[in-house]
Amino acid sequence: MVSRRAALTATGIGLVGVAATAAVSAATADPEPAAAPAFDGAVPFFGEHQAGIVTPAQDRLHFAAFDVITKDRAKLVEMLREWTAAAARMTQGRDAGTLGAVGGQPEAPPDDTGEALGLPPSGLTLTIGFGRSLFRDAAGADRFGIADRLPAALEALPHFPGDALRPEISDGDLCVQACANDPQVAVHAIRNLARIGFGVVSIRYSQLGFGRTSSTSRTQATPRNLMGFKDGTRNMKLEDAELLREQLWARAEDGAAWMAGGSYLVTRRIRMTVETWDRTSLTEQETIFGRDKGEGAPLGKAKEFDEPDFDAKGADGQPLIAKEAHIRLAHPDFNNGAHLLRRGYNFVDGTDGLGRLDAGLFFMAYQRDPRRQFVPVQRSLARADVLNEYIRHVSSGLWACPAGVTGDGDHWGRALFS
Amino acid sequence: MRKLPALTAAAVLGLSLSACTTDPEPAAPGDATGPIAVKATDATCEVGRAETAAGTVTFTVSNGGAKVTEFYVYAAGDRVMGEVENIAPGLTRELKVELTAGTYETACKPGMIGKGIRNGFKVTGSAAPLTADAKLAEATANYQRYVRSQTAALLPKTEEFVAAVKAGDAAKAKALFPIARTYWERIEPVAEIFGDLDPKIDGRAEVIEEGMAFTGFHRLEQDLWEKKDISKSGPIADQLLVDVKEIVAKANAEQLSPLQLANGAKELLDEVASGKITGEEDRYSHTDLWDFAANVEGSKAAVQALRPTLEERAPELVTALDAAFAAVDTALGRHRAGDGWKLHNQLTQAELKELSDVINALAEPISKVAAVVAK
Repeated sequence: MVSRRAALTATGIGLVGVAATAAVSAATADPEPAAAPAFDGAVPFFGEHQAGIVTPAQDRLHFAAFDVITKDRAKLVEMLREWTAAAARMTQGRDAGTLGAVGGQPEAPPDDTGEALGLPPSGLTLTIGFGRSLFRDAAGADRFGIADRLPAALEALPHFPGDALRPEISDGDLCVQACANDPQVAVHAIRNLARIGFGVVSIRYSQLGFGRTSSTSRTQATPRNLMGFKDGTRNMKLEDAELLREQLWARAEDGAAWMAGGSYLVTRRIRMTVETWDRTSLTEQETIFGRDKGEGAPLGKAKEFDEPDFDAKGADGQPLIAKEAHIRLAHPDFNNGAHLLRRGYNFVDGTDGLGRLDAGLFFMAYQRDPRRQFVPVQRSLARADVLNEYIRHVSSGLWACPAGVTGDGDHWGRALFS
Repeated sequence: MRKLPALTAAAVLGLSLSACTTDPEPAAPGDATGPIAVKATDATCEVGRAETAAGTVTFTVSNGGAKVTEFYVYAAGDRVMGEVENIAPGLTRELKVELTAGTYETACKPGMIGKGIRNGFKVTGSAAPLTADAKLAEATANYQRYVRSQTAALLPKTEEFVAAVKAGDAAKAKALFPIARTYWERIEPVAEIFGDLDPKIDGRAEVIEEGMAFTGFHRLEQDLWEKKDISKSGPIADQLLVDVKEIVAKANAEQLSPLQLANGAKELLDEVASGKITGEEDRYSHTDLWDFAANVEGSKAAVQALRPTLEERAPELVTALDAAFAAVDTALGRHRAGDGWKLHNQLTQAELKELSDVINALAEPISKVAAVVAK
């Protein structure tokens, strides 16, 4: 058996690679925390909450939504058990299966696909979510005997003005969010779960992302989205313990006991028409966001983390931060105090055949109850945000992400299916 | 696509070229060892005896019906022990098959479709228990019989197709194209053993290497469907027949290993997953589902030949394979059109995805077969 870690120690390839990266980073003049070498160690898989939610956002994403194609509940549960074992191994930098990429029978296909051999764990987290359609199909039928466990908070999202959703890249029965600081490691994880799941699940759509567009920890610098603006300045952070208790983690008394310690994930693929955005004047860009582009400070303030003053007026008597500015519409003060924990990623999926970048934001946000958080915020944005001229929501998903796996006897979906 | 009248005519034509000439002697009543008479009609299948002694068993199948028929002997799991195809109305053909002690089924297939009219069949006597290796040897022998049965049909069907092209009969050639390819696609991994012959016969425009001519089925497919001109296709058609004759001779002489069977079964499904689902294979005619069905049948034949070994060493794998093959049959079955299949471009993306899912679900357990065989 050759584990990835053993291969790493034996060859030193991974370590040399990291050292080289660090040297390059150190040589640059940028003093921001983002320039520190990416964390390449292992994030604990077992715990009270699933990793990959408040875990400091890694740089890369491979998100996959799956359809369950079996009708057999036992097969589904067995697959979830196998997925859990594989996830526990892969997040620790080991092969997906016990034999490994090169440790099995020569005539048999390996139980790991091998492209992560020699790579460190790279901060990989795997986070599972269950979609509404897993509980009831489109006709309302109870698919796996769990319809009575459908959480009220998993109510289908309403249609928002301007939505141009494509059904084939929306929703799904299950999702897995793979985040890592090495794209190969994230892709490897999804590929192996898909392989294990053949015959039980089928990938409905998947999305690669790069350049985390939000920070989930105060140790992280705020990154920029593809419009060039800092994104996620006001995000909930793992350091905000009280806020997370109030706004992030579901509780048994919320209605679904099996979701206690879990969180609800909204995913939206937001296509940006970057070409028209790039022809927009700097002033208009800053007016739309309500922040300056360089520092990220609210208009009228100097520093990124200064509190925005929504009442301040300019010399013309108009609000410094426009009525339709993105930061105003999204601000908790205008949404009944609703916060979101965002962990979106930039994406560029090549070009669209018309010479335009197929680019944008794969928005992901965790919360305790979308009906009180994402839905009202998005309603206000969809109605008035001038940014809508430059973006199009083309995919949507809502997922119930249960609490963490507590140990070897536990597995993804145990509380739901027991 | 497939026209039944054309098919029937074709089958008769095929027989006139390769008709079986042995004059079978009917079995005497009560004789437990002689040839077994099978009287087939469009609705019945009377087998002279339901039990016989182990060894070489001879069936003489006479078709008293109005449809062309086939006769099969199956072991458990529909493993084909022997078959005789294209028995035209009024004709009698003979099938010799080696059977060890065990329980089998016979089947007449009037119209050459479906599961057929089945009868139980028992073989008793002296078949010594087989060692594991003997089982694998038998598996390859069985599969080689299957290859021979397919090549025996591939050759006359290709001859008919080639004749139609050369006669300038585009309608007939179009009808025969997917039929001839069925026999080819069932045994494709065997064909692929022989280097350049496979691309010459089945290469698509983009896989042709520099300096090599674009010939074979897909060149004629392009002439028929896209260029809509076969007036200059004669030399290509002649070349196809030469190449098919060569590969038939080679395939029949080839000694396959059990691992080749196992991997061939997987490769056939990979063919489906990579070329047929996408419609790349038959891009001009869109008859991909014919190839799809034939690939799956070929894969099943290879797995069924290995079945005794698999049942002994990995019975749970056999159960999984049976279920996965059944799921493929069900999903594909929804796209039947007459005697053939819908065109690839008549299926929705959702229907193609369903087919892709069932093929992946089958290919995963099949990828485990080789390791079990090698154990």
